[in-house]
Amino acid sequence: MIIISKTEFDKDIEIHWCPGCGNYLALRILKESLTELGIKPYQFALISGIGQAGKFPHFMKSQSFNGLHGRYLSNALGAKAANPGLTVIAVSGDGCTFSEGGNHFLHTIRYNPDIVNIVHNNQVYGLTKGQASATSQIGFITKVQIKGVYNQPFNPPAIAISLDASFVARAFVGDIEQTKEILKKAIKHKGYALIDLFSPCVSFNRVNTYDWYKQNTYYLDDSHDPYDQNKAIQKALETKKLPLGILYLNPNKKTYEENVTIYNNDSTPLYKRELDKVKFNELLEKFR
Amino acid sequence: MDNDFSVILCGAAGQGIQTVESLLTRTLKKSGFNVFATREYMSRVRGGINSTSIRISSKPVRAYSERIDILIPLNEEAISHVKDRISAQTIILGERQFIQTNSEIECEKIEIPFEQIAKEIGGKIFANIIALGVICGFLNVNQNTLHKALAESFKSKGQVIIDENIKAANRGFEIAVNLIRNNKIKREFLLKRNFDVINDYLLDGREAVALGAIAGGANYVTFYPMAPSTGVGTFLAQRGLEFSIIVDQSEDEISVINKALGASYAGARSFVSTSGGGFSLMCEGVSLAGMMELPIVILVGQRPGPATGMPTRTAQEDLELVLYAGAGYFPRMIFAPGTIEDAFKLTQNAFNLTQEYQVPVFILTDQYLIDSYYNITSLEHEKLEIKKYFVQNDENYERYRFTESGISPLSVPGYGTGLVDADSHTHTEEGDITEDPIIRKKTVEKRFKKLELIKKAALPPEFIGNDDYEYLIIGWGSNYYLIKEALEELNLDNVAFLHFKQVYPLHSNVKEYVRKAKKTITIENNPTGQFAKLIELETHTEIDINILNYSGYVFSVEELYQKLKKVVEGDYNK
Repeated sequence: MIIISKTEFDKDIEIHWCPGCGNYLALRILKESLTELGIKPYQFALISGIGQAGKFPHFMKSQSFNGLHGRYLSNALGAKAANPGLTVIAVSGDGCTFSEGGNHFLHTIRYNPDIVNIVHNNQVYGLTKGQASATSQIGFITKVQIKGVYNQPFNPPAIAISLDASFVARAFVGDIEQTKEILKKAIKHKGYALIDLFSPCVSFNRVNTYDWYKQNTYYLDDSHDPYDQNKAIQKALETKKLPLGILYLNPNKKTYEENVTIYNNDSTPLYKRELDKVKFNELLEKFR
Repeated sequence: MDNDFSVILCGAAGQGIQTVESLLTRTLKKSGFNVFATREYMSRVRGGINSTSIRISSKPVRAYSERIDILIPLNEEAISHVKDRISAQTIILGERQFIQTNSEIECEKIEIPFEQIAKEIGGKIFANIIALGVICGFLNVNQNTLHKALAESFKSKGQVIIDENIKAANRGFEIAVNLIRNNKIKREFLLKRNFDVINDYLLDGREAVALGAIAGGANYVTFYPMAPSTGVGTFLAQRGLEFSIIVDQSEDEISVINKALGASYAGARSFVSTSGGGFSLMCEGVSLAGMMELPIVILVGQRPGPATGMPTRTAQEDLELVLYAGAGYFPRMIFAPGTIEDAFKLTQNAFNLTQEYQVPVFILTDQYLIDSYYNITSLEHEKLEIKKYFVQNDENYERYRFTESGISPLSVPGYGTGLVDADSHTHTEEGDITEDPIIRKKTVEKRFKKLELIKKAALPPEFIGNDDYEYLIIGWGSNYYLIKEALEELNLDNVAFLHFKQVYPLHSNVKEYVRKAKKTITIENNPTGQFAKLIELETHTEIDINILNYSGYVFSVEELYQKLKKVVEGDYNK
């Protein structure tokens, strides 16, 4: 078993994941990153969907919203809009994000809310026991895809970059320190930040294992210019070996919260705001 | 002297009928007349055939009548479109080629070459304004009042345009005056004025709901455009910013409700607006609201289905959908405004109720009410309160704490140092996933306790009539004034009316009303009697007669009168 350091996010609860699941590492990475950034459990909201990764909020202390399958990005966007002061981290898996929630994934990127989106990508369905996911490789055999997957795999970073997502990274849970650095940058980044996080499923994916990810990935170095959208897309489209690190950055985009403008001169969250009754009476007068 | 006239403008989409409707109703109200207007239109942007019906009266009128006193056809199809409503009393005014159609119809037809006169003034575009002037001339409206309305309406277009429009209206006015003076018109259109109405509000259903939402403190509004509710979102997008309201046009109705619930979790007063089809996509989100006990107000503007149905027409077909939407059992409240005042007040209070009880609250209305308007004296908005139920949280806070009432203290992330957890699974008091059967039972019972509470808080139906009634007419939602006016015409002591503006849960006195009646008659706009079935379920009493309308068009007062007359005469057949 993996030894997890003590943090104030620790929760005394039985964890449902299989022994060896990549999610244990992801949990540790998140807790330690938040600790290193000095964020307290009550200062951030963890918003998740359904699937093994969707259970994240139950296994650590946080403000949490464990919503429906596929819908967590919409929940996260709404929560951030209601209180921009809240750090919002949206977590779920590849099935929840790219299949059930594909439309919300695309459109949330277009809105550019200031949230971090960690997508645990194990290229298989875990909670429903081993069917192909949108990111399963062609030829991947399951008890449903008995002759192997023939659908084109979803390429999350390439899609996100093509939509000019403001922060796009890929990471691997097996590399704790590197992933922590990426995650901390994502949290500090202003705008939507996608982390396509490889997190092996030890029960249902015997192809994309810890070793497979180690052998089939490499880290981007300083020669990569993350501000160049075309080059970033090229990197994201590489399939021989998959690049890890920050693929793309666009720091010049306005966030959703800035675009809705009500916070531009007043950061008060919605729950503290009051109706201006004088203005309302003035508005009604126009209907006389 | 008559009490009530009905003016109909009929033509294609894009011909400016709505502009005339809006100018005419405002001018008439400012002249001391009561007005009511409703429109029926096709689901297309240009062409087709649409009409608006405007009732002008010395006393309040608030329901659709099929009668036509003045008809202004704006194209060749117009007369055919409304011919069943034309009587010997009707006067048709307009271009020769339009009034010549349907020559078998016998009534007064007066040729007015609107287009030619308009061209003399500066362009075809003024034809409608000339027609407006004619109607104002017949009713002997103060011309200054008309000029003011035109100036207000064309304010953004500059003085030249305002002057041309005034000129066009004056020409129309003169035409009417000359027709009267030269005895070219058989009827007079004189009504008693009531100068109190000048200060009345003039609102349609969409404005009433949108204003109710603002008055209720709505601050996160999301929607996907869908007739007939789109206008509510548009109104809020245009006026909301000055009230710090975030208005979002979302990618689909699934995200609409999920964003609204995410915002609600973080403390927003969330409002979503849709119609039956869009609401179908929201059903899992409604279930999420039920499980998470998150406040949300949902507007469903009904139109005829199934599927795309008739997008711009009216129905009361989605009561059962709204009543049962979402997996699993959870309580909800459903309001169905009968009047513009209701639309405003019920929407306003929905935002308080949804926070107080932490249940989804629905405003269930329809195209007819959304697209109808009339003058009203008061919205009683000074009395309205915005109630907030948030408590500050601390380390011991539990979002789903079991309480005597079933309601757990509501808090939001960031309001204190505790943790606010919301979960779509069956959850513990802390909000953690559980499959423990004892906790499961307690959570189900918690939701049932809330149902008991909201039952006690249910609004009583409005009863109109004598206590010793024999016939009880039951209606809900937007049919209120239609039924009321039909019954006033019928004028029988033994017929009473029970109207519901809250259709779920029902008030406990319903049983008594229903059981006292010798005959119960429900009136609603769907093919199966959805509300009748609900009444039967709640009162264990069979409804005797269902008067059902599933044409996609609203009942007229006259049609209802005929049906109700047959009911009391004992020969009502479906």
